[in-house]
Amino acid sequence: MSLLEVNDLTVRYGDSAVVDSVSFVVNRGESVGIVGESGSGKSQTALSILGLLPGNATVTGSIRFDGQELADKTDQQLDAIRAMSIGIVFQDPMQALNPYLRVGQQLRQILLQHELANGAEADEKVKKMLGRVGLPDPERQFHAFPHELSGGMRQRVMIASAIICEPDLLIADEPTTALDVTVQAQILDLLEELRDDTALLLITHDLGIVAGRCERLLVFDGGRLVESGATTSIFSSPENAHTEKLLAAALRTDRGEIRAAANGKTVLGVDNASVSYRDKSKERLVAVTDVSLSLREAETLAIVGESGSGKSSLVRGLLGLIPMRAGRVVYAGESLEGPVQFRSAAQRRDLQLIFQDPASALNPQMRVQTIVGEPLLVHEAAMSADARKESVASILNKVGLDESYLRRFPHQLSGGQAQRVAIARALILEPRILICDEAVAALDGSVREQVLELLNDVQRDTGLSIIFISHDLAVVRSVSHRVAVMYLGQLVEVAETASLFSRPRHPYTRALIDASPIPDPRVAPASAPLKGEVPSLLTPPTGCVFHPRCVFAQEDCSKKQPGLRRFGGSRVSCHRADELEL
Amino acid sequence: MLRYTLHRLLGAIPTLLLVIVLAFLMVHAAPGGPFDAERALPPEVAANIEAAYHLDEPLAKQLGRYVSGLLRGDLGPSFRYRDYTVAELIGTGFPLSLKIGLLAILLALMVGISSGTVAALRQGSMLDRIVMSFAMTGISIPVFVVAPVLVLLLAVKLQWLPAGWSGAPGAAKYILPVITLALPQIAYIARLTRASMIDVLGRDFIRTARAQGLGTKTIIRVHALKPAMLPVLSYMGPAIAAILTGSVVVEEVFGIPGLGQFFVRGALNRDYTLVLGIVIFYATLIIALNLIVDILYGVIDPRVRNE
Amino acid sequence: MKKSGGILLFILVLAIVGPWLSPHEYQDTNFGEIFNAPSFAGMHFFGTDDLGRDLFVRTMLGIRITLLVAVVASVVSLLIGVTYGAVAGYVGGRVDAVMMRFVDTLYALPFIFFVILLMVAFERNFLLIFIAIGAINWLDMARIVRGQTLSLREREFVDAARLTGVSTARIIFRHIAPNLLGIVVVYVTLTIPQAILVESFLSFLGLGIQEPQTSLGSLVDGGVNQMEGAAWMLLIPAALLALILMCCNFLGDALRDFFDARKAP
Repeated sequence: MSLLEVNDLTVRYGDSAVVDSVSFVVNRGESVGIVGESGSGKSQTALSILGLLPGNATVTGSIRFDGQELADKTDQQLDAIRAMSIGIVFQDPMQALNPYLRVGQQLRQILLQHELANGAEADEKVKKMLGRVGLPDPERQFHAFPHELSGGMRQRVMIASAIICEPDLLIADEPTTALDVTVQAQILDLLEELRDDTALLLITHDLGIVAGRCERLLVFDGGRLVESGATTSIFSSPENAHTEKLLAAALRTDRGEIRAAANGKTVLGVDNASVSYRDKSKERLVAVTDVSLSLREAETLAIVGESGSGKSSLVRGLLGLIPMRAGRVVYAGESLEGPVQFRSAAQRRDLQLIFQDPASALNPQMRVQTIVGEPLLVHEAAMSADARKESVASILNKVGLDESYLRRFPHQLSGGQAQRVAIARALILEPRILICDEAVAALDGSVREQVLELLNDVQRDTGLSIIFISHDLAVVRSVSHRVAVMYLGQLVEVAETASLFSRPRHPYTRALIDASPIPDPRVAPASAPLKGEVPSLLTPPTGCVFHPRCVFAQEDCSKKQPGLRRFGGSRVSCHRADELEL
Repeated sequence: MLRYTLHRLLGAIPTLLLVIVLAFLMVHAAPGGPFDAERALPPEVAANIEAAYHLDEPLAKQLGRYVSGLLRGDLGPSFRYRDYTVAELIGTGFPLSLKIGLLAILLALMVGISSGTVAALRQGSMLDRIVMSFAMTGISIPVFVVAPVLVLLLAVKLQWLPAGWSGAPGAAKYILPVITLALPQIAYIARLTRASMIDVLGRDFIRTARAQGLGTKTIIRVHALKPAMLPVLSYMGPAIAAILTGSVVVEEVFGIPGLGQFFVRGALNRDYTLVLGIVIFYATLIIALNLIVDILYGVIDPRVRNE
Repeated sequence: MKKSGGILLFILVLAIVGPWLSPHEYQDTNFGEIFNAPSFAGMHFFGTDDLGRDLFVRTMLGIRITLLVAVVASVVSLLIGVTYGAVAGYVGGRVDAVMMRFVDTLYALPFIFFVILLMVAFERNFLLIFIAIGAINWLDMARIVRGQTLSLREREFVDAARLTGVSTARIIFRHIAPNLLGIVVVYVTLTIPQAILVESFLSFLGLGIQEPQTSLGSLVDGGVNQMEGAAWMLLIPAALLALILMCCNFLGDALRDFFDARKAP
C-alpha cells in the first residue's frame, strides 16, 4: 500500500475544473516532484490533499492517505492528520507566518494542539527544532517576530513548523520561489537533510530544482496530469509534447548558445555611479556604490545579483527615475543629468525600460491603443491620429499581437500578452537602448522563451543595445554577451559571458553559478555554496563587502576594499583574484 | 516600546496646544463682546466688567493668562452661572456623563465585536444578513432620531421604562440613554469587526494555521483575534468622540444633568468661557484617549512600534 | 444599488416639485388648524404643527435644505480633500510628511464641538454651516486620496510615462486621476450622509437652520417637543431622514464593492 493514493481527483470552481481527474501515488520515503506552469493545478492538488481549498471549491475523487480516505473527512476530522501526518511548507514565509505572534508561540501552539508536549517541555522542543532547521540562536529567535528574521530564516521557521510533529509526508509548495538563489540552495539542502524517511512532495515551476532531488516526476498542464515517471527517463525521453516544451525552455542554457560578442562602439557609459535613498525609518541606504560600466552597440549586457545587489537602483539612477548621489552617465557623447523630466526629448526617446511586472506597468484605465501610442503623442505631436493608430498596430504586429488587441484593457490580457504590450510601448520610438528590469521573471517558461526570442529578433534587426537585469543565471547565459555581477551595491565582476561561466574569477560569481539549479538529473545537486544571507545595506561589512560569506576570506579582506582589477578580458573586485582557482 | 510611547506622547502636545489656541481665538474673534446680548450697560459698568474679565488686555496677553490658568486647572469663571467657575461646572456634570459614556462604550464593544465575529464566521448565512441589516440601520439612524423614538415607544406608549431622569428609580433610568448612545457604535463596530475578521481569515497565515491542524477555535483565539481587532482599536478614538457628541443629544432628550447639558445651555446662552472650557476639556480627553489607543496599537502590532 | 439610487432620486424630485402641488406655504401659520393629524381632507398630507403650518411643505423644504447643505459641504470637502491629498501624495517626501502630520493633528480635534463653538461665536448662517461641515469631512478624503496617489505614483506605469517624457500635468490628469475616480466617488457618497448627520445634529440642538426656514434636523427637534400629543411631527421627518441616510450608505457600500471588484484581476 502506498502512503498517498490520489484517484481521479477533480477540483472545480463553479463550472471550471482547475484539477481534472488526476491520479497518482506517493510511496513511503519517496520524493516526488510536481512540475507545471502557473495555473496548471499543481498547488490546488496539494491544497486539496490537506482540505485547505477555499469554501467555493468542490472536490471529487479519492485521496487515500495511509489507508484512510481523506476526501470525505470533515475539516475537524482532518485536523488530526494535519501537521501530525502531513506537513506543508508554503511559498512566501512572510505571508505564511503570523506577523503578530512570536515565532516560538506559533510553533508551540502546534505542539499544544496535538498534545505532544506542554509548558516548558514544549518550549524546549520548539527551541531544539529551531536549532535543527539552522537558526543560529534559537533561544533568541524563539522570541522574535517573523519580520525580524531574514527571508531564509523565515522559511526555516516555516519548515520547522511543518516537521515538528514528525509527519510521514511533507508537502513543499514552491518553497524557494520567494528566495534568493544562494538561499534557495540552502533551503533545498535543509529539506533534503531533515526529511530522513519522510516522503516529500515537492511542487515547483523550476525543473532545475527537481532534477537532482526527486525520484519521480508528475508533469501538470492545464489541470491535468500529462506525464509521470522516473525523473531520469522524463528528462531523457519525454513522451508528452508539453513536457518537451517545458524541458526545452529549461534546457535552453545547456545548449550553450552564446552568440559572437558584438564589437561595436560604446553607446552608454556609466562612471562611478552611486545611488542612495532613505528607507521607511529615514535611515540612509547606499544602494549602489561607485559602479562603472559601459554598453556597446548591439550588445546585451546582463546585470545579475540577488536582492539588495543594487541592480535595479543602478538603472533607475541612470535613467533619472531616482536621483544619483554621485557619478556620471554619458550617452552618445552627451552627459545625462538630472531627473528624467529635465532631459532632452532625444535622450528620453533613446533610452527605454521594460519592467518586471507587466500588470503594474500598464495603466489599468487605458486601452492598449492609448498605452502604446502615448509615446508618439509626446514625441511625434504632429502625427495624425490615423497615422498613430497605424504605427501602433504595426508595432503590436511585430510583437505578435493582432489588431483585436487595440481596444483591450490591461486586465483583459494574459501576463505574456501584457509584457508584449509593454515591449511594444518601449519599442515604438525605436530607442537605441532598451533596459529590461527582470522583464521575464514573472513569466512562465514557454512564454519567457517567446519574449526572449522577440528581443533577440529586434536586436538583430535594429542593432538595439540591451541591458538585461536578472537574478536568473540560466536566462542570462543564453541571452547576453557580457555579464556584470553585483553584490550589495558593488560591482564584483564583469566579463564576457563565456569566460564568466567557464572561468569565474570572483568567489561570489562561482557561488551564484553553483547555486543555480541544473536541469539535469544525472548531475547530483551541489550542496549550497554559500552560508548566511545578504547582509543589510544599513550595516554593510567593512573591507570587501563579500568577506563575511566568502570561504576564501583572509584577514586583509575585512580591512581593505579590493576595487576592480583587470584580469584578461575581465574586471574583478577580489584581493585574491590572481591566486584563486575557482 | 518605550521610545514609541514617548514619541506618541510628544506628538500629542502640539495637538493639544493647537486645540487651545484655535478654540481661544475662535471665541475671541466673535463679533461683539459676550455681554452685547444684554441690555445696554452704562459705559463705566461695562468697563468694570471688561476689566474684571481682563477683556481690555491685548489678545496675546489674554491667551497667555488663559493658558497659564489651564496649567493650574483654572478654566476661569462662567459668564452666566456667575457664582461658579467653569472647572466647578465641569466637575458637577462630567461624572454622570462619564458613567453613561463608559457603559455605552462597553456595551458597544461587547455586542459589536461578538456579533461582527459571528457574522464573519457565518458569512453569507441568514444570521450574517440579519446582523448586517441591523448594523446598516444602526449606522444610518442618528442618535437624535433613535432617542426620541425609543422614548416614545418604550417609555410613553408601552411604559416599560422611565422616560425622564429626575425622579426615576435607580438603574432603570440608565437603560434607555445607554442603549441609545451605544446603538450606532454597536452597528459600526459590528461592521468593522466583520470586515476585518473576513479579511484576516483570508490571509495566508490562517491557511498555515489550518494546515497545522489547529482547529477553528484555536485559530480565532490565537491567530485571528489580535489582528482583526486592530481596525476596531483604531476606531476607538472616533468612537469616543462620537459618544461625546451623542451624549449631548442623549442628555438633552432624557434631561440628564451631565456635561452635555451644560454645553448646550452654554452654547445657546453664549456663555463663552463655559463653552470654551468644555471644548478644551473634551479635546484633552479625546487626545488622551487617542494616545492610549496608539500605545495599545503598538502593543498589539509589533511592526508598528519599530518604525 | 439601483433601489437606493431610485429612492434617493424619488425623494429629491418630490422635494423639488412637492411644494408646488400643495396649496400651503411653508411659513404660513394657521391657528385654526394646529396639531392636525395627517389627512387628505385639508391637503395636510403630513399634518400640521403647533403653529398650524403645513408639515408636508415644511418637510419638503427641510429635505431640500438638508440635501443642499450635504451636497455643498461634500463638494467643499471633495475639493479640499482631493487637492490636498493628491498634492501630498504626488509630491511625497518631506512635504507629504508635514502635510499629513497636520491632518493627523486635526484628526484628534473634536470637530463637532468646534463647529458648535463657531456657531456660538458667529451669526448662524448657511455659508458658515457649509464651510464648517466641509471642513470636518475633508480629512478622510485627503487621507484616502493621498494614500491612493502615493501607491499609484509608485506604480510602474507612472515611471514608464515619465521615461517617455509625458508631462507632469498629463501624468496627473491622464494617469493618476482616472485611477482615483472610483475611490473618490465612493467616499463622496459616504461623505454626504455624514454631512447630513452633522447638519441635522446642529439643527436639532437649535444651532443650525433658523426659523421659519427648516431642515430635517429642526423638524425632528420640533417633533420631540410634541411627540406625546402629535407623534407624526416626530415620526415623519425622522423616518425620512433615516431613509435618506440609509440609501446613501447602501449606495456607498454598493459602489465600493463595485470598484473593488473591478480592481481585482
